[in-house]
Amino acid sequence: MIAFLRNTWRGLTSMRTALTLLFLLALAAMPGALLPQLSLNAAKVDEYVAEHGWWGELLLKLGFFEVYATPWFAAIYLLLFTSLVGCLLPRTWEYFKQMRARPVLVPRNLSRMPHHAQAELDVTPDEAVERARKVLRGWRTDTGDGTVSAERGYLRETGNLVFHFALLGLLVSFALGKMYSYEGQVIVQAGGGQFCNGGIFNYDSFRPGLRVDGTELTPFCVEIGEFSADYLDNGQPVGYRAAIRYQSGEDIATNTWRPYDLQVNHPLRTGGDRVYLLGHGYTPTFTVTFPNGEKRTQGIQWLPSDQLTLASEGATKFDPPGITDSETRRKNQIAVTGLLAPTPLLHGTILSSKFPALNDPMVAVDVYRGDLGVDDGRGQSIFSIDKKMVDQGRLQKVARQNLALGEEITLDDGTRVRFDSVNDWVSLQVSHDPTQGYVLAFAVLIILGLGVSLSVKRRRVWVRATPRDDGRTLVEVGGLARTDQAGYGEEFTRLARAVLNEERS
Amino acid sequence: MPVNETFATYSDWLYRSALGVYLFAILLYAVEQAFSRAPGKKELVGAGAPNVLVDEPKQAPTRSERFGRMGAALTVLGAVLHLGSLVMRGVSAGRAPWGNMYEYMSLLCLAAVVTWIALMVKFPIRRLGVFVLPPILVLLFLGGTVLYAESAPVQPALRSYWLVIHVSVISISSGVLLLPGVTSILYLLKDRNAERFPKLPSADVLDRMSYRTTVLAFPLFTAGIICGAIWAEAAWGRFWGWDPKETVAFVTWVIYAAYLHARATAGWRGRNAAWINVAGFAVNVFNLFFINLVTSGLHSYAGL
Repeated sequence: MIAFLRNTWRGLTSMRTALTLLFLLALAAMPGALLPQLSLNAAKVDEYVAEHGWWGELLLKLGFFEVYATPWFAAIYLLLFTSLVGCLLPRTWEYFKQMRARPVLVPRNLSRMPHHAQAELDVTPDEAVERARKVLRGWRTDTGDGTVSAERGYLRETGNLVFHFALLGLLVSFALGKMYSYEGQVIVQAGGGQFCNGGIFNYDSFRPGLRVDGTELTPFCVEIGEFSADYLDNGQPVGYRAAIRYQSGEDIATNTWRPYDLQVNHPLRTGGDRVYLLGHGYTPTFTVTFPNGEKRTQGIQWLPSDQLTLASEGATKFDPPGITDSETRRKNQIAVTGLLAPTPLLHGTILSSKFPALNDPMVAVDVYRGDLGVDDGRGQSIFSIDKKMVDQGRLQKVARQNLALGEEITLDDGTRVRFDSVNDWVSLQVSHDPTQGYVLAFAVLIILGLGVSLSVKRRRVWVRATPRDDGRTLVEVGGLARTDQAGYGEEFTRLARAVLNEERS
Repeated sequence: MPVNETFATYSDWLYRSALGVYLFAILLYAVEQAFSRAPGKKELVGAGAPNVLVDEPKQAPTRSERFGRMGAALTVLGAVLHLGSLVMRGVSAGRAPWGNMYEYMSLLCLAAVVTWIALMVKFPIRRLGVFVLPPILVLLFLGGTVLYAESAPVQPALRSYWLVIHVSVISISSGVLLLPGVTSILYLLKDRNAERFPKLPSADVLDRMSYRTTVLAFPLFTAGIICGAIWAEAAWGRFWGWDPKETVAFVTWVIYAAYLHARATAGWRGRNAAWINVAGFAVNVFNLFFINLVTSGLHSYAGL
């Protein structure tokens, strides 16, 4: 039993296994780049599965659409991880032993070394050894009887170990980060809209880590001031920015707001969370004047349907005021749907947008009246009306018209719908990852370790001085690079010349 | 932000001239390769050869060697023109000249050519230019035709000094990594049948070249990925998200890590290691084309 365990452990920690596991890791990661992934685009995954029949179903069951969360991917990296630990522990032990060990004894036959030089000098063996020691300053040396052993480049192994331990550290921090991080998106109206990180319900979408239940989010609030965007003449955006105010930590108690200029590539970092400006769009505001003279004004974000011109589609929904009977109220709800063109382009009466910035914006709207279906308990999109209600005839189209700012439609029952104004909205992402600082630190160590271990060479030099009968001394120098031989030749030549005092054999 | 059309035009001219010059260089390398005799043992001196205290006597260059030297000189000239084209691009667009696929490819190939020049200085392998330059030329040609994009400013997410750092480091290291791919293929040929390819340098020299270049590029590539992660944290809200480009960069990294390990493992040295390097080359090129042009991800704007 023990033998079995020992053999398994040896097998697992052997370089051969590690190499195989590295390949498996590379191979297993590949589908994540080739197939759509749930974490990136769930809609695309559904589409792929629908298109590929049983094959898609099979891939779905085997987790190919969430590669990095599957047991088989985890199995590979955990095995690799174990193999790495098993390899590192004995090496660390060996490393500390070597750091205290003396350079190895001089081999009997130095001329067999890959690098070798010799000369007869007019000095005593002791003088020759002394000179060699001087030349080899900075090397770890050990002097014997007429011999010097020297070794250098211990940093190589240091760098190597630093690299591998940093890799372990990075993986552990990454895994912990996945446990305790969260990420949420929310749309906020520019020009005064606020968002407070009080709970999951404040978000439009929220993705928690495994150990996040949403009760202990970092408290902070942001208020979006003016939003501005610059565009090239062809409509390509050059930059977005939102002037915001925020408060976090003690500022919340004292109600102190601090200003920040939020831009793409310049997130707000506060209280351990980051707030990103992801995108923007437009919110048209409509005022409905009901037959009884009461007015309701609503502005809700519409969704850009064309990213280049920011032509946007949406649905602004109204409840008739002052009606307590829910049955009657449901029959008289109003929805303004259609297309918003920031810079209108008209082909006859067909409206489209030709530029993403606001220049006399227009809307092409369909006004619906009837039961919107918002009260039946099912959630519905804020960007569209429930088509089923239209199909069932419970919601009817009562007008279709293009409106410029300030223009209005009068419906058959005297209700008037006016297009008041257009404002900006911004979409924000809030991210929290408590371990990313550690990940960065380990990443830096990885580069340092890698650079050192691949640039430093572990190499040895031996010198032997043998007295000759004629009073002269034969000095031999041998050299060996323990890892990569390349490039050691020049250094050895220099050292050998210095030790042999330029006299060639 | 206006684009300076004059500089943009100069840049395109220089790009085309560089391509032409590289083509000539290849022809000259080919002449040297074709008309030189298979080298004797003497020319195979690599760094692992017995210690050299005595310099080898210089011989007058043969006629085919003269062609080779002209090829090398033209390569240098091409690289200078190539560099000029990139600089002009940068001046005309008023930003670092690696903001789209065309420019990225151009920088990558320049890195490969410069590495090749450095290798020619370090190893006696000039004639290999006939194998090394053509793939680079093909990439440059594709870059200048299929992927060509007019000089223009970049979108907001790319407006960061990380564009300068991350993209340049990644593209340079990817370019350098093209070379060990080619030399590893040559190694595999030579190692399979040394007599059939007498004009190739010894397998030992080819292996050494592959290793030295990989060892140079690998830490650079690692740094490039890490810079990318730092930028992604600021631009996309997370430092790592398994975006297709990130994934394939990870796979590439793992493969080259495997290469370095294989080369230090008994039984994996030599052929196996060379195959791994070729695999790395394949994934590198795959990353360059497939991921940018076929799949859609956050890195897609580096496209056309």
